[in-house]
Amino acid sequence: MMTKNHVIAVLVNDQPGVLQRVSGLFGRRGYNIESITVGQSEEPGLSRMVIVTEGDDTTLEQIEKQLYKLIDVIKVVNLSANPMVSRELALIKVKAEPAERPEIMGVVETFRAAVVDIGAGSMMVQVIGDTEKIDAMIELLRPYGIRELSRTGVTAMTRG
Amino acid sequence: MSAQIPAVRSTEQLREKWMKPEVISGSEILLRSLLLEGVECVFGYPGGAVLYIYDAMYGFDDFHHLLTRHEQGAIHAADGYARASGKVGVCIATSGPGATNTVTGIATAYMDSVPLVVITGNVATSLIGTDAFQEADITGITMPITKHSYLVRDAEDLPRIIHEAFHIANTGRKGPVLIDIPKDVSAQKVRFEPEHSIDLRGYHPTVVPNRLQLDKLVAAISEAERPVILAGGGVIYSGGHEGLLEFATRSGIPITTTLLGLGAFPSGHDLWMGMPGMHGTYTANQAIQQSDLLISIGARFDDRVTGRLDGFAPHAKIVHIDIDPAEIGKNVKTDIPIVGDVKTVLEMLNPMVGYSSKADAWRAQISRWKQEKPFKYKDSEDVLKPQWVIEMLNDTTHGEAIVTTDVGQHQMWTAQYYKFNQPRSFITSGGLGTMGFGFPAAIGAQMAHPDRLVISINGDGGMQMCAQELAICAINKIPVKIVVINNQVLGMVRQWQELIYDNRYSHIDLAGSPDFVKLAEAYGVKGLRATSKEEAERAWQEALDNDGPVLVEFVVHKGENVYPMVTQGSTIDQMLMGDCE
Repeated sequence: MMTKNHVIAVLVNDQPGVLQRVSGLFGRRGYNIESITVGQSEEPGLSRMVIVTEGDDTTLEQIEKQLYKLIDVIKVVNLSANPMVSRELALIKVKAEPAERPEIMGVVETFRAAVVDIGAGSMMVQVIGDTEKIDAMIELLRPYGIRELSRTGVTAMTRG
Repeated sequence: MSAQIPAVRSTEQLREKWMKPEVISGSEILLRSLLLEGVECVFGYPGGAVLYIYDAMYGFDDFHHLLTRHEQGAIHAADGYARASGKVGVCIATSGPGATNTVTGIATAYMDSVPLVVITGNVATSLIGTDAFQEADITGITMPITKHSYLVRDAEDLPRIIHEAFHIANTGRKGPVLIDIPKDVSAQKVRFEPEHSIDLRGYHPTVVPNRLQLDKLVAAISEAERPVILAGGGVIYSGGHEGLLEFATRSGIPITTTLLGLGAFPSGHDLWMGMPGMHGTYTANQAIQQSDLLISIGARFDDRVTGRLDGFAPHAKIVHIDIDPAEIGKNVKTDIPIVGDVKTVLEMLNPMVGYSSKADAWRAQISRWKQEKPFKYKDSEDVLKPQWVIEMLNDTTHGEAIVTTDVGQHQMWTAQYYKFNQPRSFITSGGLGTMGFGFPAAIGAQMAHPDRLVISINGDGGMQMCAQELAICAINKIPVKIVVINNQVLGMVRQWQELIYDNRYSHIDLAGSPDFVKLAEAYGVKGLRATSKEEAERAWQEALDNDGPVLVEFVVHKGENVYPMVTQGSTIDQMLMGDCE
């Protein structure tokens, strides 16, 4: 069966240990986590996790069912089953001697990214977008020398 | 059997006393909340972090507390109590090593869906995370093997947490719930307000099945030519055994019951085919493999039942009835999924079901298999055969005892040769396969049923994994009849090494084990030994006539194997028949 990436939103009780319950479940059942983000939801006391995972449809079904077995899990939504908006933020510290800066600025502007810090020999670029856009940005900056890279992981919502 | 276990006092008179809202300690809140949940018996072991809890129990006799000799004994006893009674088993242990000693027992209960509430002490909240003396992160350690767990940070939360824990443990797919109580919380004084309501947004087990799915099943039954029912522990846990009997007799569908399903269906019934799987009957395995409709009821297609998955029941339309939606489609692709409580499903289904009239030839075929290929062994007049011993236990107790086993050959022989007729009469660690489980579980079962005969059947290996609990049998006069099937070897490992590892017998020799009769007597339990049929019958009768605990050691043939056997990687119709041929 076809293996592909799925984006799942999990509404959970904001309880100590809830991240451990969810990530532990993925670990012990052999499900893959590409990324996981957690934060407040629209309702006090509840957090929303957005998990990017990989697997075939049977695996995805098992993931959803197993998640529902956790008492602290209120709702599981497969976001990628419908049109969705997904966003990720990356900070990229790229080597940039003064002479190279204008060229790098050109790349940054094309991507509607932003330079958020400039050091003696480097620039920090902030880029927001879907995973593909960030991957592309990284590839374009790689030739200049990436000193540090930090990505938030995907957060997402269905459209409409 | 015994009147030695005193009855607990009537809960009705005491309820009002327990309910009284007043300022009391977290420990007293715990005890009162347990009482309000109907707890009559807990199994435990004190220690530093639970001193306040044990202090609250000083002179307290509203429920029994059974002091085991190891926390592992306590947790298995609580498990046996729960399996025998259908109530929640309760175990108390201290922090650190006390808590970690319960881990195997929690995993055992989790695998077999047994409702437990496990209460552990922990170091004071101010010390958590500092590697304090006897500190262990027990909620973290047990996360993969509990249905849910709590770390209590405020005694005010205790009534709610305990009420939720009992609800979670004993509803839906049942399982163990752990409550970790730091020492300062058990000392903290707050106003006790009993909790009566449940508000768990993330927990709503589906009890009532989808009617359209039932219609599909009814239609499938009327079309089936080779239908089979595969019933498991879920039938017993839901109290659905009467519904199952009605379903099978109405539909006329032959039935096989898994290891944990033994007792869910009367073994003397014409439609019963015995247990399926690795050491199951020829009939059950052939029937599954040739069936065109396989109706699984409260079973989870464990690998010991299915054998090689891609060759399992290749011609069958699969119906899976289970309370846990995650079980459906997990191992076997399902054609008609039915999520719901087994008892409720069967109650709704039975009025709709007709006789499977196209399956007459099939029933005749199954009768022939049953006649041609029953369980068999080569009996001997020179040495005791373990199968003969189990048959003797069955014949002398008319299949009416509560029987617990440990894990290994004796477990399979008990499953094969003891003829269970009632639910909750066979108690065994099926999923986790925990050695050392059977004997303490029998103590728990006896606490749940003081008036019934409880037999604990063990091997000589497993008997040494929790033998220290002989003490509590002796002290409390708990009249468990302890059977040790002694072949001086780790028999099931020996069998695999013989059949699969070219007779390379590696580290299985248990010669040098203690004299079990003397061991029993050292604890104050009567011990008897038998090496021949005559001695066996005499010793066993003496054990039955004794109203206290008795250990009977049966010295049996060393090289005996459990047959039939399906080796790993084979489909279940490829059976080594051995002496069953």
